[in-house]
Amino acid sequence: MSWLNRAKRGIKTWRKKDIPDGLWEKCPSCGEILYRKELDRQLSVCKKCDFHFRINAPAYLDILADASTFSEMDTALVSGDPLEFKDSKKYKDRVKAAIKKTGRNSAIMTGTAEIGGRPVLLAIMDFSFMGGSMGSVVGEKIVRAAKKAVEERRPLVIVTASGGARMQESILSLMQMSKTSAAIASVSRAGLPYIAILTNPTTGGVAASFAFQGDIIIAEPKAMIGFAGPRVIKETTGEELPDGFQRSEFLLDHGMIDIVASRQKLKTTLVYILDSLMSGASVRVEEDNQENDRKTISLIW
Amino acid sequence: MTETNARKVLDFEKPVDELQRRIERLKRDGTSSAGEIARLKEKLSELENKVYRDLSAWDRVQLARHPMRPTALDYIGCICDEFEELHGDRYFADDPALIGGLAKISGIPFMVIGQEKGRSTKEKIARNFGMVKPDGYRKSLRLMKLAEKFGLPILSLVDTQGAHPGIEAEERGQPRAIADNLKEVFGIATPIIVVVIGEGGSGGALAIAVGDSILMLEHAIYSVITPEGCAAILWKTREKAPDAAAALRLTSGDCLELGVIDGIIEEVHGAAHRDLEGNAARIRDAVLAEHEKLGKVPPDGLLKLREEKFYAMGQFEEG
Repeated sequence: MSWLNRAKRGIKTWRKKDIPDGLWEKCPSCGEILYRKELDRQLSVCKKCDFHFRINAPAYLDILADASTFSEMDTALVSGDPLEFKDSKKYKDRVKAAIKKTGRNSAIMTGTAEIGGRPVLLAIMDFSFMGGSMGSVVGEKIVRAAKKAVEERRPLVIVTASGGARMQESILSLMQMSKTSAAIASVSRAGLPYIAILTNPTTGGVAASFAFQGDIIIAEPKAMIGFAGPRVIKETTGEELPDGFQRSEFLLDHGMIDIVASRQKLKTTLVYILDSLMSGASVRVEEDNQENDRKTISLIW
Repeated sequence: MTETNARKVLDFEKPVDELQRRIERLKRDGTSSAGEIARLKEKLSELENKVYRDLSAWDRVQLARHPMRPTALDYIGCICDEFEELHGDRYFADDPALIGGLAKISGIPFMVIGQEKGRSTKEKIARNFGMVKPDGYRKSLRLMKLAEKFGLPILSLVDTQGAHPGIEAEERGQPRAIADNLKEVFGIATPIIVVVIGEGGSGGALAIAVGDSILMLEHAIYSVITPEGCAAILWKTREKAPDAAAALRLTSGDCLELGVIDGIIEEVHGAAHRDLEGNAARIRDAVLAEHEKLGKVPPDGLLKLREEKFYAMGQFEEG
């Protein structure tokens, strides 16, 4: 049995959790060992196989927003514990741990920014905060973001990364699906574009609400996107899942999203779309109407 | 209810069922005095009150899923003077798990939609146990838009464990279909009355549960996930479903307290399956009362109120 034991002491198994602060990172898809600094320069995309490593909200902010243009909103919003939910751990403790881990108060960052010189309202979800799950705080922040977008006539851009609704807020988290949908509807009524950027993963209640309400829906390559999880589908139906099921390319093939864009092309794609949509006639008419409203108001006053 | 099913009784209902059987037997025999039967009936009513009021969350889940619990079509049969079912989403299919049609309730024309679980095994399979596919959600949106176009109020009867999880459902855009309903409903300028009659399960229920008056039957449940699903994820075993049911706060009383519904329709004779017609009448009265209230609000006012109602949902701290 000795061949099962380590002959030498001090040999460490290459485990994912050993790596983040190290110099090297192993691509979980192709096994290539990547130099951390180079991987950062590649926006955490494997140069060999194009695997997109999961990155957090500030990393997406760096990629998408013009430098030093982001002004964050509603940072003080934190989860309450309306149900006093407790499973193996208290919900309160889970939230505290997530805040400590990420240094942020919730699973979403929202704020005003410029992208390619164009003012937008940018919201970015963060999978590292409790799996990006949507509870009351995420819902409220999206509503406030949408209101500000309408007020300041900014297009709305949301980067999604979420396993779905936050179970620990039960029915209140379910209602965030309709709450955020109402907000997206108001952006739509105002004639402003809403671009959804779906990253790995975007599933459950987030997929079935604002993620799929985009005027344009972009996804990163091979992101897991869908309503029900693959395990649930397998257990319920007993069906074998086809290759690439619920991945971005599968959704593109089935007509469910507009574009699959690699992380390196995300910003240029977004800028092009925003420019195209914002130069359209209806947006200009809306702007003219606002101008007229202002004139009318000043006349009345 | 179809006659093919034998009476199915949950453990905690047994005392009620036994007493009821005794009364039925005595009536049949014709040997007992009217006074004796009246006394037993009174006892039955007391027993019903006791048995069906003091229940754990898990018992409530069993009641909401009771094999004898009336389904959407049972209620439609009782509530509506007339009902003409309308079929199909005009894109792909007619989903039998989601029904809808033109109805008259006490003479008032309504568009009624609902999730239908079916009752016999054969019917349940045909209706996919009330688990709706994208085609069903697209049908419901089509019917809601039709209702708006012709100024009909909408009644939505919610009863599903959740949207259908399957390959074809994902291929045809289950998340998009639900997302579409959730967004479009905020532009449907006609009164929408929602009644959760059994299980309000997750996004699959919510897709037809946004409206102006949202009611729940007393023993209906409404939750973001099934207790079994929640237990499997958070407790790592489905056996903890009763604990998850309690933690999820999924009863009608909880939902009212949490501000996600507007009212509860109390069930007569303890539970809906014990008196279909009596309970259907209560639903009808509640729907008509809500309809009268909502009729006084102009259509764009309804939209504004609907939006504000959902904007107010959720609880958080702002430090």
